[in-house]
Amino acid sequence: MTGPSPAPRGIPEEPPPDDERARLTELLRRSARGEHDAFAALYDATAPRLHGLVLRVLRDPAQAEEVTQEVYVELWRLSARFDADAGSPLAWMMTVAHRRAVDRVRSTEARTRRDAAFESRNREVEHDQTAETATGNLEARRVRAAVATLTESQRSAIELAYFGGYTHTEVAGLLDLPLGTAKTRIRDGLIRLRDSLGVDHD
Amino acid sequence: MTDIHALSGAYAVDALDDVERVQFERHLAECADCRAEVAGLRETAALLTDAAPVAPPPRMRDSVLEQINEVRPLPPVTSRRDRTPGTGVRRVRSLLVAAALVVVAGAGVTAWHPWSEGAQQPLAVRVLHASDAVSKQVDLPGGGSVTIVNSRALGRVVLQTHGITAPPTGRTYELWLQDARGNMHPAGLVDGGGSRTVVLRGDSSTAKGAGITVEPAGGSRQPTTAPIALIGFGNA
Repeated sequence: MTGPSPAPRGIPEEPPPDDERARLTELLRRSARGEHDAFAALYDATAPRLHGLVLRVLRDPAQAEEVTQEVYVELWRLSARFDADAGSPLAWMMTVAHRRAVDRVRSTEARTRRDAAFESRNREVEHDQTAETATGNLEARRVRAAVATLTESQRSAIELAYFGGYTHTEVAGLLDLPLGTAKTRIRDGLIRLRDSLGVDHD
Repeated sequence: MTDIHALSGAYAVDALDDVERVQFERHLAECADCRAEVAGLRETAALLTDAAPVAPPPRMRDSVLEQINEVRPLPPVTSRRDRTPGTGVRRVRSLLVAAALVVVAGAGVTAWHPWSEGAQQPLAVRVLHASDAVSKQVDLPGGGSVTIVNSRALGRVVLQTHGITAPPTGRTYELWLQDARGNMHPAGLVDGGGSRTVVLRGDSSTAKGAGITVEPAGGSRQPTTAPIALIGFGNA
C-alpha cells in the first residue's frame, strides 16, 4: 500500500491515494473557466455521493432533488473559490451540500414535511422491500469498518448530526445525554474516524 | 483546552446553532489549531458519504447542465487572507466512487442507517430510480405541480408535489388509483401543501391511471369531488 500510514487493524486497504483528488481539482479549475464538459464530468464523479448525503438529511426525494440541483449550480458559481491548499474538492463540495441541506431542513416547515413524508406516510410500505443492491464495495466497507470502531454513542451522535441534520443540543436530547456531552461525542468520534480512515492531519 | 475548542466537531458537521456558530467562527479566526482540526474533520465527514451513495434521477443531470448556462462562475478571490503554514492543508487518501447502495429507512426511526450491511433504500427512492419508471408531470389548478412516477416492475406509484397550495382547512388531498374498469381506489392522503413525496398504496401494475381529489379531512372511500388531476399511465 502506498498510503502514508498503516491502516488500523480490520480496516481494508484503500485504493491508490489522491488520484481522485487530483482529477476533481482539475475538473473544478476547468469549471471555473466556464468549461461545461468539465463540470459535467465533475457531476458524474460526485453526484451519487452528494445526492446520497442530501437525501439522507432531507429524507424527502422531492426536496432532496431540489437541494442537490441548487447545490450543483452553486458549486459551478463558486468553482473559482475552491482553494486546493485548504482541503480536498470532495470535502469542499460536501461541506457546501451539507450546509445547504441543513439550512433547508432546519426551517420548521421543512422539518414537518420531512417527518411527515417518510415516517408516517410510508411506514407501512417501507417494509415491502425486495432484495436488491450489492453492499460492500471497498470504500463502503472501509467506512463501515471505521465506524465499527466507534462507541455506540459516538456513532449515534455523528449519525444524527451529520445525516440527521440535528444540532448537538438536539442530539443530546435525542440520545438522553447530559447537555454539552453530545458535542464531545461528535468530536471524539470524528477524530477516531479520521485516524481510522487515514485522513492526514498536519 | 477551553470549552470553545470542543465545538470543532459539531462545527465541522453543521451541528451548532446560529449563535454558537458565530461565536466559534470568531474563535476560528484566531485559532490555527481549530482551523486545522475542522478541516480534517470535514474531510472525514465527506468520506462517510462513500458508504451510501444514491444516484440522482438522470433528468437532474440535464437540468443542472441547462441551469449553469445561465450562471457565470464567480471570479477567483485575488487578495487571499494569510494562511498559517502547515494549517488547513489536508491530504486524504482518495476513495473510488462507490456504487453500492446501503441505506434503509427504518419505520419510525429518526435516522437512516447507511452503515448497516444489507440495508435497503426506501421504496419511494427505488420507484423513482427504477429502470422502467415512467414519469408525468401536470400543473394543478390551484398552483404548483405534481409528478407521478410509475414503475410497473415494482408495481408502485410515487407522487411528488412541487410547491402546491395547501388544501383548505378541514380538507385533504386524496390520491386514487384507477383500475382498468375506471373504478377509483383510495391510495393515500396528502394533507399539506409544498413539496413532498408519497408512495401510493396499492398495486400499480394493473392500474391505468392515478387521480387526485379534494376530500374532507381523513379522506373518503370514493371520490366525492371531481379530480383536480387525472393522470393516465399510458401503455395500459
